[in-house]
This record gives sequence, structure tokens and C-alpha cells, in this order.
Amino acid sequence: MTTTTAVRARGLGKVFPSAGGEVIALTDVDLDIAAGEFVSLIGPSGCGKSTLLRLIADLDTATSGELTLAGKTARQARLDQDYGIAFQQAGLLPWRTVAANIALPLELHRWPRARREARVAELAALVGLTDFVGRYPDQLSGGMQQRVAIARALAASPRLLLMDEPFGALDEMTRERLQSELARIAAETEATVVFVTHSIPEAVFLSDRVVVMSPRPGRITEVIDTRPGRARDDLLRESPEYFSRVTAVREALHGAPLHRANER
Amino acid sequence: MTDQVLIPGATEVVGAARPSRGRGMAARIGWGVAGVTAVVVLWELYKFLGPADGVTVGGDGSAGSGVILLPRTHDRAMPHAWDMVARMFAPTSGGDTPPLILSVLQAAGTTLGLAALGWLIGVVVGALLGIAMQRWRLVEAGLLPWIVVSQIVPLIAFAPVVNALGTQIDRSGFPWPQWLSVALIASYLAFFPVAVGMLRGLDAPDALHLDLMRSGSAGWWQTLVHLRLPAAVPHLLPALRLAAASAVVGAVVAEVSIGLRGGIGRMLIQLAGQASSDPAAPWAPTFGTVVMGLVAALGVALIGVALHRFRRGEDTA
Repeated sequence: MTTTTAVRARGLGKVFPSAGGEVIALTDVDLDIAAGEFVSLIGPSGCGKSTLLRLIADLDTATSGELTLAGKTARQARLDQDYGIAFQQAGLLPWRTVAANIALPLELHRWPRARREARVAELAALVGLTDFVGRYPDQLSGGMQQRVAIARALAASPRLLLMDEPFGALDEMTRERLQSELARIAAETEATVVFVTHSIPEAVFLSDRVVVMSPRPGRITEVIDTRPGRARDDLLRESPEYFSRVTAVREALHGAPLHRANER
Repeated sequence: MTDQVLIPGATEVVGAARPSRGRGMAARIGWGVAGVTAVVVLWELYKFLGPADGVTVGGDGSAGSGVILLPRTHDRAMPHAWDMVARMFAPTSGGDTPPLILSVLQAAGTTLGLAALGWLIGVVVGALLGIAMQRWRLVEAGLLPWIVVSQIVPLIAFAPVVNALGTQIDRSGFPWPQWLSVALIASYLAFFPVAVGMLRGLDAPDALHLDLMRSGSAGWWQTLVHLRLPAAVPHLLPALRLAAASAVVGAVVAEVSIGLRGGIGRMLIQLAGQASSDPAAPWAPTFGTVVMGLVAALGVALIGVALHRFRRGEDTA
């Protein structure tokens, strides 16, 4: 195991007990994500992509297999605040200003105030919210709230960024703009990103590799290399290379037997 | 803290809301005055129209027998509203004693102080119970039924017991003034809504926010301080209001029951006893208790204003 492996999963499985017996959310997942890599998890509802992300974040515990984050257990990585996380809902605390929301992870880890304030100013600039640091979440649009959530995830400069459909609730225009910003931020920070999404174009645009998953039981069916030979800008979205990769991912998704989506 | 950073743009929102809020306030005061006026008008109208000795059925002619269908309206039973007001400014007990309204305000102040102390004890105890019940489900299972049962015990029966215990403690060397018993009884009513409201409020945060705290490796204490307590505020404010009203009622009843001097409860009983010769007098302490309730509610409203930041989730952009 080398230190350049950010996430390493071997035979990872998760079984949820339920009233009608056990539900296999995830089975036999083998995955290596290199440091600095941008990897998307894509698949229909119930394929276990969010479950896999939650296992990496140690918000749930695997029932079988091995999982290490840069050599540490998922639990240790969480306790060391090695990752930042963003969800589909921005999940901002409504009683805190933008600045105080971004500062939350830093407060939890007892950063001194001066250092915290400097870092918050830096992050607000990074996501383009410098003029809004004193606002409260209910005074922001959905896109702006999501930017705050991303800034918060980046607060402690984590080497690993976990994102669970962060743009899923946004309109298409805002979505594309934030995708471009995320691509820039990921490149600037050189962080490893694990990104869960429903959207094929989003996954192809952002990712170095797209992990295609399938439900019942949740598993990985294919991994497609989508690293672009050029910068991730709006021109990429119109390039033939991009379209051919979108097609490749679509075929991989539809090649898997289609089942009715179950709940998770 | 960083939260206090002000942005010029942010004031627009507040400024836009202000005129309508001002009008709303005027309307509220208007309705309040109208309500009080309506009560006075109804009182005087019935006094004017109703039979002086009321209507009683099934009585044998002796006082207190039969069923009263319509109350009596003569001046001893129903003094004029203006007589009640005039009585407030007359000497408390003849001669050159201070005006009744001063005595009432003094007594109300004493009782309000005891109610406030009781409220404070109740809030602290209730909050700690709420936190303990949220922290350990076993505590909730074991304690919550008893907390509910505790409120069924009639206060009037319970007050002398507390007083007797206090007296015993006092005799054993630890000083226990009688007013402490009153405050304690007031707190007995006040803690209940706080404990229940606190428990509900602490359980209010979304799963998402709890995940977020966990992902930041926040422990129980950090989650409590940064998430659960702030999220509990909207549930806690109505509980504090209820607790304030309960504390006032508890303090008045406890004074009556224990016979503590100097408070408004005792004054109420004393003046009611002399009502046949001085019918307007007991109304002064009655209004005094109403004012106490209003002051208590105002106090909690001020707390609500101070904690406005934590109620932001309630209004949307």
C-alpha cells in the first residue's frame, strides 16, 4: 500500500437489516483511488453509490471487507478530519452567517480565531462569496448556499473531498457554472475528489474516471477512463472527445440490466 | 464573533419589512385596547340590564342555596369599573395609608420576584432534565412518565408539604426562609414545559446536520453546543413563555396556601375577605396579577428578540 492511494477498498460490503429481511446495499466493491484523482460514482437509485460514499466518510460502517483512506481506517480519517464533505442539500446552519458556516469545521477543531478568520476570507474568495460573508443562508439563492457548503467542505484543506450529488438540486445553468468552478478548485487544491452523481454529462465533465454502478445488489460494473486531454472549460463540453465519453458511460450504464429503482 | 459582520445590502431586507411591521404593531395595540374596552362595556351593560339580586332556581331563600342562573348585579357583587379604578387611588386601609395601587404594585413586585426566581430554577432544572433525557434514552424512558405525573399533583395540596419540609430544614440549622418555599413551588410548575420543550428541541436537528457534525468528528458536547441547543431555541421559546405563566400562577397559589406575607396572593385573600364592606378593593390585586402575567410574558418576549438569530429557519428568503 503506497501513500499515493487516497482510497482503497477491498471486498467492501454493506447490509442493512430491514423488516423484510436483509437488504444488500453494496457488495464486493474493489476500488483504488489515487491521490489527486477526481472519481465519480454514477448509477441508478439503489446502486449503493451514496452508501459507498457514506462508508468512506465513516457515517456508516461496512459489514464486510476492508477500507483504508491513505493507509488509515475510515474512522481514524474522520477523527483526524482528513476529508471534507458536501451533500445534495447545502445543510447550512440557518442561525450562522456565511462566514460562520464556513468556519464550522475549523471551530470544531479549535483553530485559533485569527487563523480561522483568515482562512474563511480565503475560502469565501475561492467560491466567489466575499461580498456575502455577513449574510444568513435564508438570504442566499440555492446555488450560493451550495457554494458555501463547498467552501465549508474545503475549510480544513482536506486531502479528500467527498460530494454526494452536491449540484442535484440546482437548475442547469447554475449547475454548469458550479461544475466549472469545482473543476478549477479541485485542480488548484490538488485534492482527491469522490463525487456521487446521477448526471452522465456532469460525471464525464468533472472526472478522471467514472465508476459505473448497478443496483440489486449494489456493485461496481465498470470503470471508465474519462481524463480529458485538455483543460476542463466550456469548450470541452462541445468537443467530440467529450461526446464519445458521454456515450461510453451511457452504454455502460444501460448495458447493465435495468431494474426498477429501489429506495436506497 | 465573525457572525456580526455587517453587509450594507443586508439592511435592505430589514428596511423593506419595517413599515408593515410598524402597522402590524399599531393594529395589535388597537385590538388590545378594543378587547379591554369590550370587557368593560359588557360588564357595565349587564350590570345595567341584569336583575339586582340575580336569578336563582331551586333555592329555599337562604343565602347560597339554589343554582345561580344570572349573577347578582348590585354594587357589592359587581362594583362599577370606575369605582374599581377610583378605589386603587384611595388609601389602602383608610386614614393616611398609601394609595391601594402602590400597595398592590409593591406586593406584585414581591410576588413577581419570587415567580422569577421560581422560573429560573424551573428553567435550569427543566433544561438539565431535557439534556439528560436526550443524552440517555434510558433516562427518558424512566423519567418522562414521572415528569408528566408530577404535574397532576394538585398544587394546593403540595404547597403545605413543601412548606413543612422547609420549616424542618430551617429548624435543623440550615436557614430556609418561607419565600424560598414559594419560589420552589413556582419552579415545580415551571420546569415541566421546559423539560418537554427542551427534549423535543434537542431532537429537532436534521439527520443531515447530525451527519455533518459527525463528519467533523464533533463529540457529544460540541454537537450539543453548536447544533442541538441552537436548533432547540424555536421549541424552547414557547416553553419558556408557558413556564413564565405557570411560575406566576404557582407563586400566587403558593403564597395563598402557605400564607406568606407581603405578596399579592395574601393581599388578594385579605381584601376578598373584606369585600362585603369594600367591594371594589379586591379588584386592585386582581388587576395586579394580570399585570404580573403581562410583565412575565414581556420578559420572555425580550429573550425571544435576543435569540432572534436562532429562529431564522422559521422565515424564508
